[in-house]
Amino acid sequence: MNKTVRIVLNGQEREVAAGSMLASALLTLGVRGFRRSVKGELRGPLCGMGVCQECRVTVDGRPHSKCCMIVCRDHMKVETE
Amino acid sequence: MLGDSALSGSGAAPACFDVVIAGAGIVGVACAWQLTRAGLRVAIADSAFVGGGATAAGMGHIVVLDDSDAQFRLTAWSRQLWRDLRPELPASAEYVECGTLWVASGGEEMAEASRKREYAASRGVAATLLDAGELAALEPHLRPGLAGALLVPHDGVVYAPAAARWMLAQATAHGATYRQGQRVESFGAGSARLSDGTRWSAAALVNAAGVDAPRLTPGLPVQSRKGHLAITDREPGFIAHQIVELGYSKSAHSSTADSVAFNLCPRPTGQILVGSSRQFGVTNAVVERPVLEAMLKRALAYMPDLGNLSAVRCWTGFRAATPDNLPLIGPHPSLPGVWIAAGHEGLGITTSLGTAHLLTALILGNSCAIPAHPYLPARLSTEVGRA
Amino acid sequence: MTRRDCEVLVLGAGPAGIAAACCAGESGRQVILTDENPACGGQIWRAQRGAMHTRADVQHAADLWLTRLGRCGASVLSGATAFDADAALHFVRFETDRGVEEIHYSALILATGARERLLPFPGWTRSGVYAAGGLQALVKGGFRIDGQRILVAGTGPLLLAAAGMLGAHGGEVLMILEQAGWRSLTRFGLHLAGFPDKLLQAATLMVQAGVVPYRPGWWVCEAGGNGPLEWVAITDGKRTVRVDCDMLALGYGLVPNSELARLMGCRTTGSSAAPGAHFVDVDARQKTSLDGVFACGEITGIGGAELSLAEGSVAGYAACGHWHEVDRVAPLRNCLARQVHAMDSAFALRDELRAAVTPDTLVCRCEDVPAAELAGFGSWREAKLGSRCGMGPCQGRTCGPAVEFVWGWSAESVRPPITPVRLGSMSDQP
Repeated sequence: MNKTVRIVLNGQEREVAAGSMLASALLTLGVRGFRRSVKGELRGPLCGMGVCQECRVTVDGRPHSKCCMIVCRDHMKVETE
Repeated sequence: MLGDSALSGSGAAPACFDVVIAGAGIVGVACAWQLTRAGLRVAIADSAFVGGGATAAGMGHIVVLDDSDAQFRLTAWSRQLWRDLRPELPASAEYVECGTLWVASGGEEMAEASRKREYAASRGVAATLLDAGELAALEPHLRPGLAGALLVPHDGVVYAPAAARWMLAQATAHGATYRQGQRVESFGAGSARLSDGTRWSAAALVNAAGVDAPRLTPGLPVQSRKGHLAITDREPGFIAHQIVELGYSKSAHSSTADSVAFNLCPRPTGQILVGSSRQFGVTNAVVERPVLEAMLKRALAYMPDLGNLSAVRCWTGFRAATPDNLPLIGPHPSLPGVWIAAGHEGLGITTSLGTAHLLTALILGNSCAIPAHPYLPARLSTEVGRA
Repeated sequence: MTRRDCEVLVLGAGPAGIAAACCAGESGRQVILTDENPACGGQIWRAQRGAMHTRADVQHAADLWLTRLGRCGASVLSGATAFDADAALHFVRFETDRGVEEIHYSALILATGARERLLPFPGWTRSGVYAAGGLQALVKGGFRIDGQRILVAGTGPLLLAAAGMLGAHGGEVLMILEQAGWRSLTRFGLHLAGFPDKLLQAATLMVQAGVVPYRPGWWVCEAGGNGPLEWVAITDGKRTVRVDCDMLALGYGLVPNSELARLMGCRTTGSSAAPGAHFVDVDARQKTSLDGVFACGEITGIGGAELSLAEGSVAGYAACGHWHEVDRVAPLRNCLARQVHAMDSAFALRDELRAAVTPDTLVCRCEDVPAAELAGFGSWREAKLGSRCGMGPCQGRTCGPAVEFVWGWSAESVRPPITPVRLGSMSDQP
């Protein structure tokens, strides 16, 4: 039943649930470091609703994209820390 | 911490100093620091907090400008004072010698760049002409088709609020008295009164209140000139220099018209400050959409890739402008004991150090490193005299 | 830039905005409903993604309203981030995937909801620490939490709702820490029977049945681990205990997303009991201090989904000038509002939460500013310029309420862009 789409995470093709939010999909894949903070800490989603800016990754070449607000699409290119 | 050391209520005898300074912007604190170093007893007060006005609103560009010989001398000397200060400045001041790129969009501006280079070189300030290819190699995000640029390598940027805090800390460490959140309400006849009623007496009263200076010294020809800035998210390496259009001076020194100019400042954080705008006669600090849009459009016309960067914040500030685009530094022509250090327009960060040295020399009756007369308030005495 | 015109523009597609759009649409008005999220529903009715299940009663309410929304004639603009607005010129600007949209309105209804208030303590920046509503949103978005050991902590009735939801999705909720003590909660308990939120009622039953330990008077003072979260230190002020867990879900109440309302100049009211909150002032018809601008839902006061629906209905009819309908739906709103606000005082933040902020604790997560660097400043603006606290891309939304709670400084005025957008979007003229 579960349909999937394939995203390219840091150069590697990964399968994620179709329709899932990118932040959720990355967490399910085990990603814990989404971005590196100013002083070098690894950070990940906090507010889940587009406010805190902690889950920013590069999506299809656009840096600082809040991945809690983005639905996974086939062939989406995602770069995390 | 910065704090109170010479409190005196309205009923008490006034605390006595050699110099009282109104305004703890970067000009005021630089003066406090230099006067303290010269051995004078200094007190300084600000209605808000140190470096919270135009000091915080600007880019922090340390730049040599050549619209007049007097402007060149003051900026070039001040820039040298900043460069000399670098080893002492704290890391929080984020001083970076990124250089200024004056971008020429066509042949006419290239000729202007060449004139500026010769003018600077003949006065000992290094500057290099770059052709279109060299410019593109240095700043690849600039649009293609620009004629070239003038690179002034020893210009820099500083985080002015931190530099101002540090200068004030130097002054207070050497005995200066500082009152935060207390406006100097009135001024004259050897005495200053603060908002809470405190009276300070001093032989010299220095008006360093920036755009607020005419309130304290009526008749000063200082007008407020509003500016807008935007800042991007962190994009380390996107630009490496302060990048300004050669037409900037036209914008900065038209003393009547509103204008925008392309002006980018690289912050050590990787953020980019995007400017600039100039408006007279506006006192509301609100971000004005038409001005902001015109300013950003101008920036994008020079650097289209900027459009894809994330804009994190916009704000406005007020510059203290004078009719001849030179600051007022020196004794008030008709009020004995009153000194002025105000009217620095967009150059207050750069020229704060030169101003402090000049004012200190003038107050002590010492000789100055550069001629002081172009900056003396008396030069505009028809206006100043109306006090 | 694309320019559009409508009669009623509704911002925020949660329960309040959906109800407002339905009522205005059914009144024959041309309505546009916008939301930053890719789909309607808000945080409570957020679409369930990645083949997850949801509670039947909540889904039922959502289905009813979403069906009604589909039939009311309102057009929905999802994925639209409002970043600027002009009350005098009657427009709001949005950044979308397709570029900037400037939507002009005759009446505007603000239903922009709320976010969680978070308070700093050592380790709260660790991976594995989430806002409670945030973790719920992530789970609804497809994050699988089967078997994960979760500690829920903070204050207020939403902790119960979060625990219930996370448990229903396979999480192992170890305990719920409620910072308010038993004495305050007794008052809350008196009102709980009448509390309208069904989710909450269900979660309360779960607590009452002893399925999840509920600990009033306890709070988190440290989140530890070698990298990601491995344990949490909890305290009641006398004892400190370490609890091993995989996730920490935090929430110290809600803060209204009233930035756009404030940018436009709507009058707001703060409250010392709700640090960082600027609630939009509205009259009995949900009208703000600005003519033609209405507000409903959490931005006018935290009250939950049922109250939001009722307020949204009033706002939707009021925006159309349908006073008969306003009078018909207003009594339900008034009744719900009385029940909800009777509980407000039960969850006041305790002073000891401030003590959890050690000098090394990061306060501003965007700029990594520790508490120690905020010492010696006298105002938010001074601290911001001196330490960079609040200067990052969240614009102080996360640290602001915490700074107000711990240091007592209120945030600055709101300026455009109210959230980061492309510089190109800011310069795009119609």
